[in-house]
Amino acid sequence: MNAAPSALQNKTSVISLGASDLDRGVESSGAPLVRLQWQPVGDGSPEVAWSLAQLVGDTTDADCLGSRIDRANAEVLERILTAQPVWVDIAAHASEVWPDMGRTLLHAGPPIAWNDMCGPMKGAVVGAILYENWATSPREAEQLAASGSIRFAPCHEFGAVGPMTGIISPSMPLFVVQNKTSGNRAYAPMMESGGAKTLRFGAFAPEVIEGLKLIETVLAPCLKAAVTGIDGGLPLKPLMSQSLHMGDDVHNRNTAATLLLYRAVTESLLKSSISRDLVHETLRTIGADDMFFLSLSMAACKATMDAAHGVPFSSIVTAMARNGVNVGIRVSGLDGQWFVGPADIPVGLFLPGFSEADANPDIGDSAITETAGLGAFAMAAAPAMVQFVGGTPQDALRYSREMAHVTIGRNPGFTLPMLDFIGAPVGIDVRRVVDESMRPVINTATAHKEPGMGIIGAGVVQAPMKCFVDAVGALATIGVR
Amino acid sequence: MAIQSSIKANLYKDSVSLMRVSQVTVARTGVQRVTLLMGTRSNKEFLQQAGLMSPALESAKPGDIMIVVADDAPEKRAAAEQEIHSLIVGEEPKGGSAEAAAEAPPRSISRGVAIADHADLALISVPGPYAAAEALKALRRGLNVLLFSDNVPIEQEQAIKRVAAQKGLLVMGPDCGTAIINGVPLGFANVVRRGAIGLVGASGTGLQEVMCQIHRHGQGISQAIGTGSHDVSSEVGGITMLQGLELLAADAQTKVVAIVSKPPARDVQRRVIERAGAIGKPVVICFLGGEPAASAGNVHRTSSLEETARQAVALAGARQPGGDEQSIEALATRICASLAPSQRYLRGLYSGGTFCSEAQTIWRAAGLRVRSNAPLAGADHLADVEASQGHTAIDLGSDEFTVGRPHPMIDYGVRIERLLKEADDPTVACIVLDVVLGYGSHPNPAEILAPAIRRAKAASRGQGRELPVICFVCGTDADPQSFETQKAMLADAGAELVGSSTGVARAAQAIASRMEADDNATGRRVMQGGER
Repeated sequence: MNAAPSALQNKTSVISLGASDLDRGVESSGAPLVRLQWQPVGDGSPEVAWSLAQLVGDTTDADCLGSRIDRANAEVLERILTAQPVWVDIAAHASEVWPDMGRTLLHAGPPIAWNDMCGPMKGAVVGAILYENWATSPREAEQLAASGSIRFAPCHEFGAVGPMTGIISPSMPLFVVQNKTSGNRAYAPMMESGGAKTLRFGAFAPEVIEGLKLIETVLAPCLKAAVTGIDGGLPLKPLMSQSLHMGDDVHNRNTAATLLLYRAVTESLLKSSISRDLVHETLRTIGADDMFFLSLSMAACKATMDAAHGVPFSSIVTAMARNGVNVGIRVSGLDGQWFVGPADIPVGLFLPGFSEADANPDIGDSAITETAGLGAFAMAAAPAMVQFVGGTPQDALRYSREMAHVTIGRNPGFTLPMLDFIGAPVGIDVRRVVDESMRPVINTATAHKEPGMGIIGAGVVQAPMKCFVDAVGALATIGVR
Repeated sequence: MAIQSSIKANLYKDSVSLMRVSQVTVARTGVQRVTLLMGTRSNKEFLQQAGLMSPALESAKPGDIMIVVADDAPEKRAAAEQEIHSLIVGEEPKGGSAEAAAEAPPRSISRGVAIADHADLALISVPGPYAAAEALKALRRGLNVLLFSDNVPIEQEQAIKRVAAQKGLLVMGPDCGTAIINGVPLGFANVVRRGAIGLVGASGTGLQEVMCQIHRHGQGISQAIGTGSHDVSSEVGGITMLQGLELLAADAQTKVVAIVSKPPARDVQRRVIERAGAIGKPVVICFLGGEPAASAGNVHRTSSLEETARQAVALAGARQPGGDEQSIEALATRICASLAPSQRYLRGLYSGGTFCSEAQTIWRAAGLRVRSNAPLAGADHLADVEASQGHTAIDLGSDEFTVGRPHPMIDYGVRIERLLKEADDPTVACIVLDVVLGYGSHPNPAEILAPAIRRAKAASRGQGRELPVICFVCGTDADPQSFETQKAMLADAGAELVGSSTGVARAAQAIASRMEADDNATGRRVMQGGER
């Protein structure tokens, strides 16, 4: 049934896109006119433009694909905003969480085979094999990894997230964060101290393995005592919210959040029966690393976004993750699929003696923070951080403003003082990313491309457009099915 | 000539912006040639054909700018390339500046709608392959659409018109150049007073001419709804034309409706006429180039733009304006007296496609054999569009003349070249030109055209002939270009001015018919290529 045309009933108010010569008459007539700075959407392909147009919602057509997507996204946003991530426990070993994992190593980013892994990730795999005593020498470890008898899987598919190479092996202890609203749990490994010589950057020297043992035997039991001593666990959302107001983005800057964590565990540790030496060792470890909180921040975001995953038709991104070769995204309504594109080298500053030539392409699951509306999306809260990434405080504000164009909502739980306390933008919609041709910005550390060389810089990087274009294509085929 | 190529990645610019950059670069650096094109498949083919393609450009994506600089001097090429990059980037805010930090202008329809004051119409002129997608986005958000873009895939055109019809929205186009909605001129449109006559048209210049005539007769336009040239095909079914009729039927200000179109597909024609008969208002229908048809009931059939305007004005109750047949006859007599016997053929160099069609209709009806690059039924295809033959009517706005350059209503270059070429042909009896004013058109066409007419006439005179040039100006006294000044400048250059597109075509036809009759009477038959 067709509606009666009504083009002449309203005051004519024009949006113009294309050649500006054609709206001169509109301009002279005094009618309202908005001129767009039009660019082809996404990767510039007309086919993608047409697919995307099929996904636009329509308030007068509840059954069209776009309207279904809009409704699903409203549900997803609700789940994100109402999430209550709480640090509830430490799992002494990953194998406690996943009893069937056997010889599985979890890694950052989308799926990748041993042969395709970047240098740092290969190094971390070797280190994890040595740590697990599955091999006695690096050479033997490499052979084992190549033999096919080790299973590799993304952390994300196990409800976990890992920083940088993100390797999780069965013996590693994990932070356990529970989303009290939906009940799901998320896991992340603990930050190693030791700077460059850490597994997460691909180092596997004996002292690295020693460091991992120390986490397993000292840090984990102490933190377990600390968290179980806090009644109901430690609610992370209020802590992260407060950190934003103290200059953190809780991705690349966790100085304030780590201090707040330190405050929360100190009393609990002192109340416990743990020896004074171990308490001291634990507090020294937390106090020595401004980034210590990142694992909890990531796990909190993962617990939030997993609850938002799997809503049919939703076009909201529930994970952005990098394995050092590719960036992959997961989309709520497209369960079971990764949409991948090549990872870029972060743009920013390098430590003295290093350059872009030494840099590994973007790596790590920490972009879960951006996915949940923190990190670069909340950069307006962290003006001090732009020094690391070579920008001005104005850039920090700009990132938060711009990312609002690719998201569907704002998080009133995470407000940005410099932008009049509006909520940080949240809920990346693949449709909007493609429509605005604006790729999500990620704050990140830059790893050396050789295993074990550690961090060589920091900067910002953008997720590749291909991930979002492919996701739009997949959503459009839902409509066809 | 040595060429140098590079790619500016991930930055779309429309062809007008790119041409501007090319022009400025050539002017500033003196480099031989600069070609800037987006990295589409068809643009790469174009470069291939032009011998400008290089391996460096293979990887260019549709959203990348391909830069080709041609000059034998390497330092000039380098200077040009540097200039191009700074011009392209110069339009973008510098990173980290206050400009860049402030809110960027909207790129998408979604953001445009968010910041607009109750937007209700999208004016879309992006490249055809992207245009229907933007139109669909606009429709989903409740906006009517004027789609200037051409080369929209037919299934996409059908899809967007279906959605529009469901929602009671209008898609004017694809390939719609002209509309006036609620007094707001869109695209190529003249400034006319508001009044009682509502127009629906599949042809842009046809609508412009009719609205200008109506304005000059003292009446005005309630609405002018463009449909785009494909709407009346059987694939699309005249959806927009029928919707336009509905809108005008319901519009209180509209007392008389006029339809201007090429002849629609048979089934569409039947539906339009049927619907027109039932709207309860007088309807004037001009299917230009179609079979003559008798008026019936409230439906009045006309066969020229001039007659359409006059009929509509009469039905709206204004004083019935008279024709200018007598002055046309007098003009033909005067011109013929100045011609040599060899000067027998008409050359219509049109920027408006409808004017080219109307001329063919009128010339053919008088028994003249007409050739065109856009022939109507009964006319012949011009073998080589660059070379006129016999009586020729050329639409310089059609694709073969406009790839990679602006429409001849904006850029008079191609027309002037052709005018000078025709001046060398001893068989030409007269040149016919249209000059279209209004928004979108050249800001001062007579300033460019008048000197060219002088040169053409002087060239012919140098060969011992007069070269009559007859023009009409499609415009009004309220247009931004100043109607009277434009006419005066053309007349001063020796052009003969006639009041309408129809009048010009008739005057030309009268000249050709007389020259032919004289020829037969005196028995001086010049055998030339079998022309009659």
